[in-house]
Amino acid sequence: MPDITNDMQFIPLSYYIAFCTALFAIGVIGVLVKRNALIIFMSVELMLNSANLLLAAFSAYRNDPAGQIFVFFIMVVAAAEVAIGLALLVMIYRSTHTIDINVLNKLKW
Amino acid sequence: MFSEYLFFIISIAAIYSALMVLISKKPIHSVLYLTLCFFAIAGHYILLNAQFLAVVHIIVYAGAIMVLFLFTVMLLNLNIENDFKKPRLIKFAAVISGSIFFLLMIAVLKSYDIAIVQNPALTQIGLVKNLGNVLFKDYLLPFEITSILFLAAMVGAVMIGKKDIY
Repeated sequence: MPDITNDMQFIPLSYYIAFCTALFAIGVIGVLVKRNALIIFMSVELMLNSANLLLAAFSAYRNDPAGQIFVFFIMVVAAAEVAIGLALLVMIYRSTHTIDINVLNKLKW
Repeated sequence: MFSEYLFFIISIAAIYSALMVLISKKPIHSVLYLTLCFFAIAGHYILLNAQFLAVVHIIVYAGAIMVLFLFTVMLLNLNIENDFKKPRLIKFAAVISGSIFFLLMIAVLKSYDIAIVQNPALTQIGLVKNLGNVLFKDYLLPFEITSILFLAAMVGAVMIGKKDIY
């Protein structure tokens, strides 16, 4: 496949890699730092989105529509996952009256 | 050149709001900042000329998922300033390990030479017509199976959310 990096000027792909990795790292830090289950859940969403964006970027730079279809499917799965996850969160809140994850340590050891 | 400036502005907005998700004290502020971050990511999709994904992203994430989060926060009265905090040492270790992860990923991905075959501003694959062609020709079966997944998720959410199932 021809490499067109020489004769065209556009945003380098490495910028997208750096940006998406930064978003993903912020999500990882959020999961590690927070004890509020809701915020941890939102950090997971953030990581999912950064992976999605990188997939779409690769797909656009390589002119391959399969990547963007995958992003579409990931979004679908994420929507289902959020519905189930929030239902679980509501259940946990009903039974323990908190969403602090340190309370949920029955399965820890 | 103009798109490069746009890229930097949207990126800074996204990273700022992502950081504010973690920094802000009240969960509802976190939810709103996350919505802002999702809008910035939708801007990135438009910059990549992936218009279908941009629209779907706004509808699904900003429209559906964040509303679900807001409902959970508001209906359960979860908007308390979080009085549960992790020890400072653990926070410090988490930030350090997150930064090391960032550097590691950059170093790994930098060593790859990814061949670029298309200027992303000129690519046509992100338009609804082309994506629809691929989706309903090559990926028809996964698309149909997704509907079963949604049905299962719907039933599951109702079952889990019910008050007394025991």
